[in-house]
Amino acid sequence: MREHLKACMQAVLEGDGERAEELAKLTLERKLPLLEVIDGGFVAGIREVGRLWEEGALFLPELVMGAEAMKMAMGVLQPALEASGGKQEKAGHVVIGTIEGDIHDIGKTLVATMLSANGFGITDLGADVPAAKFVDEAEKRGAGCIAVSALLTTTMPGQKKVIEELRKRSLRGKVRVMVGGAPCSEKWAEDIGADGYAGDAVSAVALAKKFMA
Amino acid sequence: MSLMPRVEWFTGHDRKRIVDEAKTILEKIGVFVENDEAVALLDNAGAKVEKGRVRIYADLVERALDTAPERILLYDRGGEVAMDLGEDRIHFNPGSAALRIFDPSIGDARTPVTADVVRFVTLTDALPAYAAQSTGLIPGDVPEGIADRYRVYLGLLHSSKPIVTGTFRVEAFAPMHAMLSAAAGGDEELRKKPIAIFDCCPSPPLMWSELTCQALIDCARTGIPAELVSMPLTGATSPVTLAGAVTQHCAESLSGIVIHQLARPGSPIIYGGSPACFDMRKGTTPMGAIETMMIDGAYAEIGKYLGVPTHAYMALSDSKPVDYQAGMETAMGAIVAAFSGINNISGPGMLDFESCQSLEKLVLDNEICAMALRLTEGIVFRDDPIALPLIEKGLEKKEFLSLPHTMKWFRREAYFPGEVIERGTLDEWRSKGKQDAATRASARVAEILGSHMPMLPDDGAAARIEEIMTEEARKAGMAGLPRIE
Repeated sequence: MREHLKACMQAVLEGDGERAEELAKLTLERKLPLLEVIDGGFVAGIREVGRLWEEGALFLPELVMGAEAMKMAMGVLQPALEASGGKQEKAGHVVIGTIEGDIHDIGKTLVATMLSANGFGITDLGADVPAAKFVDEAEKRGAGCIAVSALLTTTMPGQKKVIEELRKRSLRGKVRVMVGGAPCSEKWAEDIGADGYAGDAVSAVALAKKFMA
Repeated sequence: MSLMPRVEWFTGHDRKRIVDEAKTILEKIGVFVENDEAVALLDNAGAKVEKGRVRIYADLVERALDTAPERILLYDRGGEVAMDLGEDRIHFNPGSAALRIFDPSIGDARTPVTADVVRFVTLTDALPAYAAQSTGLIPGDVPEGIADRYRVYLGLLHSSKPIVTGTFRVEAFAPMHAMLSAAAGGDEELRKKPIAIFDCCPSPPLMWSELTCQALIDCARTGIPAELVSMPLTGATSPVTLAGAVTQHCAESLSGIVIHQLARPGSPIIYGGSPACFDMRKGTTPMGAIETMMIDGAYAEIGKYLGVPTHAYMALSDSKPVDYQAGMETAMGAIVAAFSGINNISGPGMLDFESCQSLEKLVLDNEICAMALRLTEGIVFRDDPIALPLIEKGLEKKEFLSLPHTMKWFRREAYFPGEVIERGTLDEWRSKGKQDAATRASARVAEILGSHMPMLPDDGAAARIEEIMTEEARKAGMAGLPRIE
C-alpha cells in the first residue's frame, strides 16, 4: 500500500497522466481503500505540486500537467467513489469561469488548477459564460463559491450580473463570489458587492479557504 | 547612400517555409470566424465554411496579398505626411489603451481621468520622436461603454498627429469614423489622406471575434488603415517555440488580410502584432522579454516578405515604476525594432504589460526613440577622401573644433538628447540636486505642458467633433462631457 501511494503521488508530481490513470485502475482492481489512495496518493501529489509551484521550483506547464494527471486519475476513481457514497471534496465546491463576452481563459484555468490542487471540487465552465449559467451550475452542484474572471474593462460589468442573479434567486447568502482578472481590484469587488478579489491563483486559494472556513 | 543597419531572422528558405506552412494551416485547420458578414464574404470567395470554421485556400491568400498595398501614408492635420509605412522606415507612437497611469506624486499606478488623457495627448504632440499619437489611456471618468470614442475625441482636439486607435465595441466605429472625418474635412478626404490607424486583434489561436472582425471590415470599407494585432503567447495560446509562434501569427494575419481585402480590395492593411513569450512562472505576458522581441522582429520579416507594411508592440516595459528595468526593456525593444525595420512601433510610455502609461516615461522614451531613429540612418560617407585632408588640417590647428567641416556636420552626425539624459559632469549633476532620470523627466513634463501649443482643429471641425461626442455621451446617460481645463 505504501508503495502504491508513493507511486500515485509520483505520477501526479511528474505530470504523468497515463501512469496516474493506470494506477487508479490498479486501485480498483486490487480493491484498495479509495479515500485513502486519493488522499494519501493523488491529492498528496497535487498538494506537493502546488507547494513547489508557489516556491518557484515548478513552472506553469508542470503545474498544469500535474492537475491533468490528477484529473485523469479521478476520472477513473470518481464513479466508484460516488457508488460507495464517499465524498472527496473536503474543501468545498467552486464554480469558475470567464464572464460572457470575454474569451480570456488562461488566468481562470490557473486559478481552477490551484483550487483543485488544494482539494476544492471544481466546475470549470470555460470562457464566455453568461451570468445565469454560473448560478445555474452553483445551484446544481451546491457550490459555496463562484469565481468570475474578466480580462477586459468592457466585460467587467458582467461580474456584477452574477451577483444580481444570485440575489434574484435568493442565493446570495449561500454562495460567495470572488472576482479576478487584470482590470479588477479590491475596490471593484467592493463596488459591485462581491465577497472578495483575488489577484492571482495563490490568493484565490487563500480567499476560497476563507470563504469555506 | 548609406547602408541601413539591419538584422535578418531567417534564411530565404525558412521564410518561405513559414509562409507555406501558415497557408497549409489555413487550408487544413482554417479560422474560426464569429462575424456573419465575414463568413459570407469568405463563402462567396470560395472558402470552405462549416459552422463558423472557415478553411481558406492558398489562391485566396495569394489574391489578397496581390491587392494589399505595400506602402501606406498617414497624414497629420496640416495635410503633411506624418508616417510613410513601408520598406524599412521606422516610426514610433506611444503604446495604446492603458488602464492606468503611473502617478509619481503617489509612487503608484492609478485610474486616469480626462485631465490625464489631455496631458498625455499634449505631451505626445510635443515630443518629436513620435510620428503619431495613440489613444493610450482609458479614462475612468466616462462610462466604459463610450471610452473608446471619447479617447479619439480628446486626441483630435489636442494634437494634430495621426492617431493609432481601435474600437472596444462594434457600434463605436461609426461615431469614431464621423469624428475623424470631421477632422479630415470629409469621408473622401479621410480616405485619401487617412489620419488614423485602427487595431484589429484576432484571438489566438486562429479566431476572429465579432468585434474585431467587424472593425476589419469597417476599416476596409472606409479606407482607414487596419492594423492586424495577432498575439500568440508561447506555450499558452500558441506553440511554445518561437518559430511556432511566428508561424501561427502568420496564419492568423493572412486570414485577416483575406477578410479585409475581400471587403474592399486595395484597402490599406498593416501586418502587426503583440505576441509575448509567456512567463511560465508568473503566468504573465512579458513585453520586455528578449524572446518577445525576437518573435516581433521575426514576424515583421515575414510581413516584409509578404509585401505589406509592418507593426509591433515594442519599446515598452513590464516594470511598475519608471526605473532601471523600465529603461532597459524599452531601449532593447526599440533597438531590436529599429534593426528589424518595423514600420510602426507602438509602445513608448508603457509599463506593466501594456496596462500602464507614464508621462515621465514618455519623455524619457522619446530619447530612446530618437536614438533608434538616428541608428537607422546608419553611417554616411560625407566626404571622399573620408578623413585624410581633415586630419591634416586638424594637425595644423591642433584641434578639430574650429574646422569649418566640424561646424558643417556635427549636428547632422550626432543626435543631441534633451536634458533628461545626463551627459554632464559629476559636479554638474551634484549642483542640480543629484536627480535621477525619472525626476528630471518629471520636471520636463511640467515644462512641456506649460509651454506647448498644439495645432488645434479649426472651430467648425472642433464644434462638429464636440457635437458627435456629446451625442454619444448623452446616449450613455451622461448629462454632458467632462469639462476640459
